Amino acid sequence: MQELLAQYQSVTAPEVLKWVNVGKAKDFPENGGACIKYKNKQIAVFNFARESTWYACQNLCPHKLEMVLSRGMIGDKEGIPKVACPMHKKTFSLKDGNNLNGEDYKIAVYPVKIEAENVYIGFID
Amino acid sequence: MKKIVVVGNGMVGYKFCEKLVTRPDRENYQIEVFGEEPSPAYDRVHLSEYFSEKGKDELLLASKSWYKDHEIKLRTSSLISEINTKEKEVITYKGEKISYDYLVLATGSSPFIPPIKGSEKAGVFVYRTTEDLDAIKTYAKKLQKSNKSKATVLGGGLLGLEAANAAKELGLETSVVEFAPRLMPRQLDEAASNTLIRKIENLGIKILINKATSEISGKEEIDALTFSDGSRHETNMLIISAGIRPRDELAKSGGLKTGERGGIFVNNKMETSATNVYAIGEAALYNNAIYGLVAPGYNMAEVAVSQICGGDKTMAAHIDMSTQLKLIGTDVASFGDPFIENEEVSAITYENKQSGIYKRINVSRDGKKLLGGILVGDASEYQNLFQIYINGMKLPENPEDLILGSRGGENSSLGSVTELLDSAQICSCEAISKGDICKPLEAGECCSMEDVVAKTKASTGCGGCKPMVTDLFNATMKSLGKEVKEVICEHFDFNRQELFDLVKINKVKDFDEALNLFGKGHGCEKCKPVLASIFASTTMETANKQVTIQDSNDKFLANIQRNGTYSIVPRIPGGEITPDKLMTIGAVAKKFDLYTKITGGQRIDLFGAELHQLPEIWKELIDAGFESGHAYGKSLRTVKSCVGSTWCRFGMHESVSFAIQIEERYRGLRSPHKLKGGVSGCIRECAEARGKDFGIIAVESGWNLYVCGNGGATPKHAILLAEGLDDETTIKYLDRFLMYYIRTAAPLMRTAPWLEKLDGGIAHLKKVVVEDSLGIAEDLEKEMQSLITNYECEWKQAIEDPEMMKRFKHFVNSDEGDDNISYVPLRDQKMPKAWT
Repeated sequence: MQELLAQYQSVTAPEVLKWVNVGKAKDFPENGGACIKYKNKQIAVFNFARESTWYACQNLCPHKLEMVLSRGMIGDKEGIPKVACPMHKKTFSLKDGNNLNGEDYKIAVYPVKIEAENVYIGFID
Repeated sequence: MKKIVVVGNGMVGYKFCEKLVTRPDRENYQIEVFGEEPSPAYDRVHLSEYFSEKGKDELLLASKSWYKDHEIKLRTSSLISEINTKEKEVITYKGEKISYDYLVLATGSSPFIPPIKGSEKAGVFVYRTTEDLDAIKTYAKKLQKSNKSKATVLGGGLLGLEAANAAKELGLETSVVEFAPRLMPRQLDEAASNTLIRKIENLGIKILINKATSEISGKEEIDALTFSDGSRHETNMLIISAGIRPRDELAKSGGLKTGERGGIFVNNKMETSATNVYAIGEAALYNNAIYGLVAPGYNMAEVAVSQICGGDKTMAAHIDMSTQLKLIGTDVASFGDPFIENEEVSAITYENKQSGIYKRINVSRDGKKLLGGILVGDASEYQNLFQIYINGMKLPENPEDLILGSRGGENSSLGSVTELLDSAQICSCEAISKGDICKPLEAGECCSMEDVVAKTKASTGCGGCKPMVTDLFNATMKSLGKEVKEVICEHFDFNRQELFDLVKINKVKDFDEALNLFGKGHGCEKCKPVLASIFASTTMETANKQVTIQDSNDKFLANIQRNGTYSIVPRIPGGEITPDKLMTIGAVAKKFDLYTKITGGQRIDLFGAELHQLPEIWKELIDAGFESGHAYGKSLRTVKSCVGSTWCRFGMHESVSFAIQIEERYRGLRSPHKLKGGVSGCIRECAEARGKDFGIIAVESGWNLYVCGNGGATPKHAILLAEGLDDETTIKYLDRFLMYYIRTAAPLMRTAPWLEKLDGGIAHLKKVVVEDSLGIAEDLEKEMQSLITNYECEWKQAIEDPEMMKRFKHFVNSDEGDDNISYVPLRDQKMPKAWT
């Protein structure tokens, strides 16, 4: 299971080697999330329509290792955009992937850009 | 910079770190901590909860990142095998040397294993670490597979009884063997012990006192205990909890002074016999005694921190050993000197064998001072008594009022928390006084209960003082003229009832509008489902309308399971189903390879459906005439029924017909929490209706209506609201009751706790529902009727609309399912594969 977790490492925008088109913006629910597949990875993509911002992170919840984060509720904690895992409501910052309940594990986050109604996610592989 | 090495990362070792990092001169010290267990310090006081509810993470006092953030080098699974006080260094089991300026020994204790023949046999355990608990659990499972189920705990002290409860929770037939003539011999007198024994035996745990164990017999595995009186006690497992022994071996081999019967000698500064070496917690021998409680240990940690940093804190000469806890569901408390009785001190006792309550207070003959006492079965007066004892407060004119309550007078003899002195100690684990709690509130540094707990750490130890801290918080806020209210979350400064009214009066259409009008920020996983529930309860909108504010399960109209797949529960009103429909369920389950199980609510649950399969499965179910069972929602679940007068020879009325009528009436009704009902055809109560939010029981004259019962974690029998009703009146009262609950309850509050909090309780509820004392009955009925009229099956709605269907796809950019799911066989069906 460690291998599964190790697949996901945060990427920052300047590091991106490849922007991958993962679908039309309208395919993602407003103020909600959906999951996309890239190679072996499952990536959760969130559309914060209220502030016209997008975030992406691993779909794998590091707590019990299930592919579920895209199905979680989103919102903010004191201004930090976050997702709550649907399994046990562990919450993670979508800015840096840190767990917001003060626990050890964190998630990998990926940059998102929107161009001509298409959603792109930045990878380094 | 000075280097501090801490050996031991248990509760006290952690407390030392916690106290040290809050000091202003923190940066003068470098800290390195060695822990022998693989995990950082966890809450051993609540160890038995590790079995029942809490995982290891939840028991942790602080995560590994806490140590990192505070620049503490924590090395777990690292045993120190030697200390050299001359060279001022410690040596790890791998031979690595680490030098120190200050050394703190927080090595704790180990369980004492009495020298009984046979204690090496398989099936003999101790009860100290989560690893011990894991081993006990594994062994218990093994036993149960071979149909063995007897467990025995050796030792009837505090920890022994906790262990017995844990063994019982594992489904084992449990006994406790105690050498002394009574349980908890350090805390309880004989009468108290007898009361406790009766309580515990009622719960199915056998107690054997006055038994000295002479041998543990069995081939390789334990099969019995032999006692010194020659009698034999069969058992398949033994958990030894016969006291603790301080872990002083490291100190001893390092040349430190230790006690004859163990323990590292310390003075009131926690200094050992070696310079700059301190010992704290259960390893320390102070005043010729070892203290196995967390409060003195925490106190020692604080003293050691102060001394190292040049402060002047010292340990008090007398250490208070008062305890209050819930043992196997029974309140037990003991404070001060529980046994004292002589020419100057008399004991006042109260015993009620009927309800299993024993109380004792030891009062000076002049009636001025409280010196100690014992409470079993009802410890609600503990905090007050403890305050009076510890602060030497004046007693009421009739000291017996303290345990019997003031009889006849207007005022409570105990006074309120506000009358306590500022110096009165409230939280003894953290040594927090009343002033420590109230002053930050008065100064405006803290505004909420969470702030108070975060700042003072009060109630974070054993948690016994929590009600008192809450009372103090509320009283202080009130005296400051501030209203204390429970708001939903940081985004809405309202409670649920206020938000309900705001949404209704302003005809708010959706979450965004509510947020713009009454909230701030972007919402979260707390406020979104609350508003979703409010919209559903005011307009009957389904979960398809505002999908992204729905709680995880409502969002996909199914219940998420351990591996991220879903379970499906079609509605089977009243539990009545035709053979044809039963076959449809079977066929669907077979086709999609679903694990099937009958639920507690007389329905059938189908497990293991992947997200993208849900619509396909539901299409088949709907075509066969099924509709959503709303098992995923905070909404009406089932109305359980017994077969009633149509078939049963005892039945008084048609319970199945009535159950179906009621279930169909309220199907899809969303509420602050789930709702369950039951209808029984006679007082034999086969539908267990009184364990439900509403229960209807047939009697000669009609139906008796009971409300606010609960199964689950805190079982509660429903209470009679009205009796001898006809069908129509029953439904009318139910409409009013349910709607009143939906309007006023807090989020996720079932009807039973709602009634408990309702001002005036059941008498008030009767007035509102039956007598219409608030004049809202007509409104309540109208609101309910409009919800009923607007009901629509949300699964049918979803599969008929391609736009709504879009969400039931695992990937936006691929039609594949989740390839991360795998199963293992289970009794001719399947279950999710566990992570290894």
